[in-house]
Amino acid sequence: MKVKQISIFLENRAGRLNSVVSYLGEANVNIRALSLADTSDFGILRMIVDQPERAQKVLADKEFTYSLTDVIAVEVPDKPGGLGRVLAALERDGINVEYMYAFVEKSGDAAVIIFRFEEIEKAAEILNGQGFNVLSNEEVLSL
Amino acid sequence: MDFFEPEIETSVPEQLRELQSKRLSKVVNYVYEKVPFYREKFDQQGIEPEAVDSIEQISSLPLTEKDDFRDNYPYGLFATDLRDVVRVHASSGTTGQPTVVGYTKNDIKLWSHTAARTLVCGGACPDDIIQVAYGYGLFTGGLGMHYGGEELGATVIPISSGNSRKQLQIINDFGTTLICCTPTYALQLLETASEEGIDFHDLPLKAGFFGAEPWSDSMRKSIEKRMNLDALDIYGLSEIIGPGVSSECLAKDGLHVFEDHFYPEIIDPQTGEALPEDEKGELVVTCFTKETLPLIRYRTRDITRLWREKCDCGRTLVKMERVSGRTDDMLIVRGVNVFPSQIESVLLDIEETEPHYQIIVEREGTLDELEIKVEVSREIFSDEVKELQALKDKIARAVSETLNLRAKISLVEPRSLKRHQGKAQRVIDRR
Repeated sequence: MKVKQISIFLENRAGRLNSVVSYLGEANVNIRALSLADTSDFGILRMIVDQPERAQKVLADKEFTYSLTDVIAVEVPDKPGGLGRVLAALERDGINVEYMYAFVEKSGDAAVIIFRFEEIEKAAEILNGQGFNVLSNEEVLSL
Repeated sequence: MDFFEPEIETSVPEQLRELQSKRLSKVVNYVYEKVPFYREKFDQQGIEPEAVDSIEQISSLPLTEKDDFRDNYPYGLFATDLRDVVRVHASSGTTGQPTVVGYTKNDIKLWSHTAARTLVCGGACPDDIIQVAYGYGLFTGGLGMHYGGEELGATVIPISSGNSRKQLQIINDFGTTLICCTPTYALQLLETASEEGIDFHDLPLKAGFFGAEPWSDSMRKSIEKRMNLDALDIYGLSEIIGPGVSSECLAKDGLHVFEDHFYPEIIDPQTGEALPEDEKGELVVTCFTKETLPLIRYRTRDITRLWREKCDCGRTLVKMERVSGRTDDMLIVRGVNVFPSQIESVLLDIEETEPHYQIIVEREGTLDELEIKVEVSREIFSDEVKELQALKDKIARAVSETLNLRAKISLVEPRSLKRHQGKAQRVIDRR
């Protein structure tokens, strides 16, 4: 149910983002989804990749500060109001979204959204209970 | 054995001042005659050596700087012929050439004497077995304490530094009662002991003479508790003589300066002006009685203060506070003295590991701006912006509480701060 996201600390200056994606590209690691949270002096690059082990090795070799975070991937109907229904289901139970971003590719007719929750187990249960499709790690990697 | 030289160590201040005046007069005339560097300086400043006959006049004499060693490398400051020099030592500067110091036979005798005073100050007597775990070689720590131990008539184990397992075995097997090493090495011994399952309470050690680097009182308490001994701070520097310039007694309330040979003063590191007793500033030392390197008002770059009181141990020698920093590292930001070590300890408290940081001072308009860049290690990284913001706020708050200064905190990537031979460049002053 849980998907492993890699989060990387980046200084907010020219070329830093490029250097991460270049190193990963050279190692043949494909980025499947990503988001960048930024502040005036630093940013956090969060991403789902096809080969998490290899990506970690590259990042460790290049001495980046990174961590692994559990997130969940949910299929959301790709039509107006689709995301709203997911969020409404969570809101009823007081689940707060820490952050979220969209997957590059679609799963059939649905979009895939990555969510980070404080209460990740509970959120996954609620979404499953409401009939949303929460994707497994394998499903995400095979998209 | 309470004192090594009671007549000096417990002398009446007036008598001591008389001796100091006599010795100052002698050394001033001596360097004028023997060292072209001093002759030139005195002539430039219109100082007539014959006119110096009181210790009160010392503050009118020129200061000697570490750079003067560099300009006169290697033997230019020596007052004796090399044929009379029986030993040289050198300190490894982190930058530039080594600082070379020399000793005649009499200088070595003097050094043995003051190092023996140091040992007796910490409770040593001829029955003691002293393990000298300072490095031997160009560094003065090893041989200095070695000669001091022999002068006292104690038994000296010249093991030098390194090989902690063997050190512990020898403490146990040879019955070592006193150990001399750096405080960092004491911690290393503690670590090895705990790996080997050795309890210091089972070892015969009574006291440790720890010097050659700055350490704190909280570190003392921790070492004393874990090593089950009296941990004493000793002070010296090779330019003056090596270990044996000042040292703590068992009262552990300041270091007694052996002022009959090494006269201490405190100056304002910015202006060079002499400061009154009790004020904190840079320590300056004059060597009264050395033959090869009788330095006049040498700037040690160490920050401390001096005060006079009759100590519980009975000594009347002036006291010096534990060295709290180096002037090389000191920054003045908006009128506040800032030492990198203060910022380091703030970060250490928060990160609980050795922090990598850099301090940048800039002037914007008329105001100094302080920025502290902190490398984000995996231990303190969070993938949430609010957590990292909270970390920044926490550091800023702790810095402001410690220094009374507002600082901008920037989080930077690991290895992004420049390092020089493994050591980070801690301070960038762009003013």
